[in-house]
Amino acid sequence: MTQRPESSASGGADPSPSPVRTYLLNCGSSALADRAFGALMLVCALSIFAIVLLILIELISGSRLSIQKFGMSFFFGSAWDPVNGNFGALPFIYGTVVSSILALIIAVPLAVGVAIFLTEMCPDWLRGFLAFFTELLAAIPSVVYGLWAVFVLIPLLRQYVNPVLIKTLGWTGIFAPPNYGIGMFAAGVILSIMILPIISSLTREVMSAVPHAQREAVLALGATRWEMIRMGVLRNARIGIVGAVILGLGRALGETMAVTMVIGNRPEIARSLLAPAYSMASVIANEFTEASDELYLSALVEIGLALFIVTIIVNALARVLVWAVTRGAPVRGT
Amino acid sequence: MATTLMPPPLRARNSNRVLRVLMNHLATAAAVGSTILVMAPLIAIFGYLLYKGASSLNLAFFTQIPKPVGEPGGGMANSILGSGILLAIASLMGVPIGIAGGIYIAEFGRNKRLANMVRFTADVLNGVPSIVMGIAIYTLIVVPQKHFSALAGGVALGIMMIPTITRTTEEMLLMVPLNVREAALGLGVPNWRSVLSITLRTASPGVITGCMLAFARVAGETAPLLFTAFGNQFWSTSANEPIAALPLQIFVYAISPYDEWHRLAWAGALVLIVLIVVSVALVRYVAGRGVLKGAS
Repeated sequence: MTQRPESSASGGADPSPSPVRTYLLNCGSSALADRAFGALMLVCALSIFAIVLLILIELISGSRLSIQKFGMSFFFGSAWDPVNGNFGALPFIYGTVVSSILALIIAVPLAVGVAIFLTEMCPDWLRGFLAFFTELLAAIPSVVYGLWAVFVLIPLLRQYVNPVLIKTLGWTGIFAPPNYGIGMFAAGVILSIMILPIISSLTREVMSAVPHAQREAVLALGATRWEMIRMGVLRNARIGIVGAVILGLGRALGETMAVTMVIGNRPEIARSLLAPAYSMASVIANEFTEASDELYLSALVEIGLALFIVTIIVNALARVLVWAVTRGAPVRGT
Repeated sequence: MATTLMPPPLRARNSNRVLRVLMNHLATAAAVGSTILVMAPLIAIFGYLLYKGASSLNLAFFTQIPKPVGEPGGGMANSILGSGILLAIASLMGVPIGIAGGIYIAEFGRNKRLANMVRFTADVLNGVPSIVMGIAIYTLIVVPQKHFSALAGGVALGIMMIPTITRTTEEMLLMVPLNVREAALGLGVPNWRSVLSITLRTASPGVITGCMLAFARVAGETAPLLFTAFGNQFWSTSANEPIAALPLQIFVYAISPYDEWHRLAWAGALVLIVLIVVSVALVRYVAGRGVLKGAS
C-alpha cells in the first residue's frame, strides 16, 4: 500500500480517527478482548440512563397511592392534615417558587456584576484569587450555610434589616410584622448566597466565549467600556446568561438543608414575606421519617416526584441554552 | 486591552458624551461593588467558622461519642468514622462506574448520538436535588431491608458522584492527543490496554481531580442521608446498621436548643469545611500545574 500514513492533529479532540488508527484497530489480534472492554464501558455509561429511569420508576411506584386518591387536586389543595389523611401540596409549591424567585431577584444582578468585573475589568493577579474564592463559596455544604444562617444571618435580619423593610415597605403588606427573623425572606437571602457562585461562574464562561473581535469592533466605534460590555458582550451572551440563571433556579428549587433550617416550616400561604413558610424539599426532609401511614408517605414521595420532574426540565433547558452559546467557541484562558 | 484600544478623548461636542462617561463610571462602580458584596458573606462565613469552630475544637471532639443532653463534653468521633465509611462505600461505587462512563464517551462513542445523550443526561442528573436521590434509595434499599443502613447511604452518595466523574474524565481524556494512542496501537498493544495504561494514565491527574471534586461535593451532603444512613448516637461500623455522619450530626445539633450542642455543631462544621477546602485547593494545585501539557 502506498498510502501515506497521516498523523492526526495533535489536538486530542480531533473527531475523525486517522486511517492508521482505523487500520491498527481492526488488525489487532485481541479483537475479542477489545470488544468485551468496549461493552463493559458502554454498560457503565448506560448506567447513567438507568439511574434516571430507576429514580423515576421508584418515585412513581412510591406515590401511586397518593396519585390515585387525589389526582391533580393534590397540587391545588392547601390542606396538609396527616391525621385525617387529607393532603394538598400548594403551600409547599408556593414556598419553593417564591423563595427561589426571591433568591434570583437578589442573586442575578450581583452574579452578572461579578462576572462582568472578572472578565472585563479585573486585573490578572486578582482574577485567579477571586475565581478561587467563588469556587470555595460553591463548595461549602448546604448544612454549613444553614448553620451560619441560623446563628448569624437570622439575628442580623431580625435586628437590622427587617425593621427597616417593615418601616419603608410595610404598607404594601409584603413586609408586614410579626418579625421572627426566620421565614420566606431569610430563605430567599440564604438561597441567593448559595446560587450566586454557579450563576456567576457560568455567566463568566459564556462571556469569555464572546469573540474578541466583537469587543474591538464596538470600541473602535468610540464606545465607552460599559457600552462595549453592553453592546458587544452582554447582547451576544444573553442566551447563555439566561441559561445560567435557569441553572441557578434549578439549584434553588431543590435546595434542602439550609432552607429547612431558616424557612420556619409552617405550611401556610401568607402574604408577608417575613412570615414562616415551607418548601417542597424541606417538608420531605422534616416529615419523611415520621410519616406514619402509607398515604402520608405516598404524598411526600409525590412531592419528591414533582420536584424531580421540574428540576429535570429546568436543568435540561438551561444546559441547552448554555450549550447554544459556548458551542464551538474558541478556548480562552481565564 | 480595553484601555489601549480606547480612542483619544473626543472634545465635548455633545453633552451626551458626559452622560456616557458618567454611565461608564457608574457601571464600573456597580460591578466592583457587587463583587465586594458577594465576597462579604464568604469572608463572614469563614471568619465565623474559624472563630466559633476553633474555640470549640479539642481532643475530645475527635475521640469521644456524643454525650446525652445536659452532660458537658462529648465529641463526634463516631460521626467522623461514619462519614469515612459512607464515603468509602460511595467512592467504591461511584469512581469505577464514573470513570468507565467517561472512557466510553471519549474513546468509544466519539461523534455517536448515544455518547451525546449520555453526556447530556449526566449534566441533567447533576442538577437533580439530592433529597430526591434519598427518596429513591429509600424505596429501593431501605424498604426491602426494613431498616436504615450505611449501605443505603453510601449508595445514595455514590450515585451522586457518577455524573461529575464521568464528565471530568471525558474532558480529560479528550485532551490526550490521538498520536499517543496511535503510538501504543502501532506497538501492537491491544486497544483496551492502550486505553487503560496509556490514555487513562496520561490523563490521570485530571481524572483524580474530578474524583476529588465529586468526593468534596458528596462529603457535605446531608439531605440524601436523612432517610438512608439515618444517623446514630453510638459507634457503628456495620454496613447493615444506621450509621452516624458528620453533616447529619451538624444538622441535628444546629437545630437543637442546647448551647453545648451548638458548640459541637460549629466544631463539626469547621472540620467538614477544612476537609472540603483542602481537597478543592489540592485539585486547583494539581490542575494548575498543567501536567497534561507535557503530554503533547
